[in-house]
Amino acid sequence: MAYKKLQRALIGALVIGASSAAFAADKPKTMTGASANMLAVTCAGCHGTNGASAGPATPSIAGISAVYFEEVMLGFKDGSVKNTIMSRIAKGYSDDEIKAMGELFSKQPFVPAKQEFDAKLAKKGAKLHDKYCEKCHADGGTSAEDDSGILMGQLTPYLHYTLSDYKAGDREMTKKMKKKVNQLIKKEGDAGFEALFNYYAQGKQ
Amino acid sequence: MKITRRGFVKGAGAATAIGMMGTPYIAMGASKKVVVVGGGTGGATAAKYLRMADPSIEVTLIEANKHYYTCYMSNEVLGGGRSIDSIKFGYSGLGGHGVNVVHDVVTEIDAKGQTVKTAGGQSFAYDRCIVAPGIDFKWEGIEGYDAKVAEDIPHAWKAGSQTVTLRKQLEAMKDGGTVVIAPPGNPFRCPPGPYERASQIAHYLKHHKPKSKIIILDPKPKFSKMGLFTQGWKALYGYETDNSMIEWRGSAQGSNDNAVVKVDAGSRSVTTGFDDTVKADVLNVIPNQKAGKIAFAAGLTNDSGWCPINLHTFESTIHKNIHVIGDASIAKGMPKSGYAANSEAKVCAASVAALLNGQEPGTPAYVNTCYSIVGKDWGISVAAVYQLAEDGSKITKVSGGLTPTDASPEMRAREVAYAHSWFTNITNDIFM
Repeated sequence: MAYKKLQRALIGALVIGASSAAFAADKPKTMTGASANMLAVTCAGCHGTNGASAGPATPSIAGISAVYFEEVMLGFKDGSVKNTIMSRIAKGYSDDEIKAMGELFSKQPFVPAKQEFDAKLAKKGAKLHDKYCEKCHADGGTSAEDDSGILMGQLTPYLHYTLSDYKAGDREMTKKMKKKVNQLIKKEGDAGFEALFNYYAQGKQ
Repeated sequence: MKITRRGFVKGAGAATAIGMMGTPYIAMGASKKVVVVGGGTGGATAAKYLRMADPSIEVTLIEANKHYYTCYMSNEVLGGGRSIDSIKFGYSGLGGHGVNVVHDVVTEIDAKGQTVKTAGGQSFAYDRCIVAPGIDFKWEGIEGYDAKVAEDIPHAWKAGSQTVTLRKQLEAMKDGGTVVIAPPGNPFRCPPGPYERASQIAHYLKHHKPKSKIIILDPKPKFSKMGLFTQGWKALYGYETDNSMIEWRGSAQGSNDNAVVKVDAGSRSVTTGFDDTVKADVLNVIPNQKAGKIAFAAGLTNDSGWCPINLHTFESTIHKNIHVIGDASIAKGMPKSGYAANSEAKVCAASVAALLNGQEPGTPAYVNTCYSIVGKDWGISVAAVYQLAEDGSKITKVSGGLTPTDASPEMRAREVAYAHSWFTNITNDIFM
């Protein structure tokens, strides 16, 4: 995970630069220091109570890796991860607040979404997952320990959105991911992703 | 069930005072009772989150109706995109959190005696009371319009039977008919609501009665998400062309030129402040608003017709130990929206739980996220993160904003999916 650490350090440096510039402007004096719980409950309206989303599209954030949460939120905040709504919201939190929320959500149980899937495609998806994705999204995409996003049981529309953002360059893939995604596209085309998404829609390995 | 006030209330109050000075609260066997008045978005959320914060707090929620119809997404019922049952919610989920749900009408809140009384003759003692009364209407502002007339000429600004009536009238209207929508003046529940409503009705008419028109008679010079709505209307409903399905007639600041001042129910026509008469086939008049009835009965309102509060705890600045949340409160800086009510309820619940345990309420955090569905694959939103001003004078926006006007079609389509996710998750967060 050396790459991730480096990436975080770089993003952190950028954000510190940006926020000190913002401080120079007139900033209204407000009360800060809300508890992680107080901050996190404000997310529930869109992401579900304790971060478990019932969908159809807004992702579950319960049980995901704290490192991954922080990475993506800092990405929304500094604009390196583009998103229609979160880019507006993430700027409202300090890096420490983001870290605290990530730690809190990581302790909640991940609740796999109940979704329909094609069993035949899912079976193919399972094989593709092992071949292309398992190294980073471990244990069939169920693990948070690997500090990558949980794929198994995550909402399918959200997986579609995220993949299309990666492809469009609205979100940067790691070198390894880029390599694997390109291999998958070359070998299987978009049908490969369809199979993968059906596998993840199973909700369990 | 008759619950009478017991002597411990005084004791608990004294213990709280000690707690505020920093000494840990000693429970002394005293119970912690909260009565929540009103089971809408704010009240139901507060009841649930109080139980989540501290299961030793006894929470009673008193609500007149067995079911709640959310105002949010009720415009999709008008547009034909969803059923009325899809916006109907019961209270069994709150029961699962240990909330004692009572269906009765609160008639009195005795602030001194710390007791809530109901039409059914019940009496509930409280240590702290949370009042979430929602809105009521200023019928007196529109001649010829009242609660009785509204059964036939619906405001449909509290979702439920009037939403169904309005939908049926739209279905029965001939192609080429005129729908008149009269939004209220500020401040009112759900600022983008009337314009999303116009959008949803236009969406229905475009596909089923394309010769029809919608006229919005507005007492205001501008409205929420105005740029985004008009952009969507131009793209989808020919706005500002000769064939525009929607026509918005605003009123200059300080004028009531296009405000509806009179309703003639018999001819289904309205008169504006400029003395224009506009005839409608389907008429939707949404009067100006004030805090819900019980807020007045309990003396929680000021001259504005809304409830002044401490923005940190939502405790009334008029009556101690009574908190007011949601649309009825003056939450300076936050809009009167469902998400805001949900967010305020959580700040209030955390504060009340702290106070009942003799602790200082922690730093609050507030969010609002509000989607509007303009048409097929066309969603827009406004979002904000807020912090309390250090002097407590205002809930200050620290980030947020609108959907960019140059958002791609893909992003606008995603906003519709996010809007529907928002609805599923917020209603689960409130009622489940």
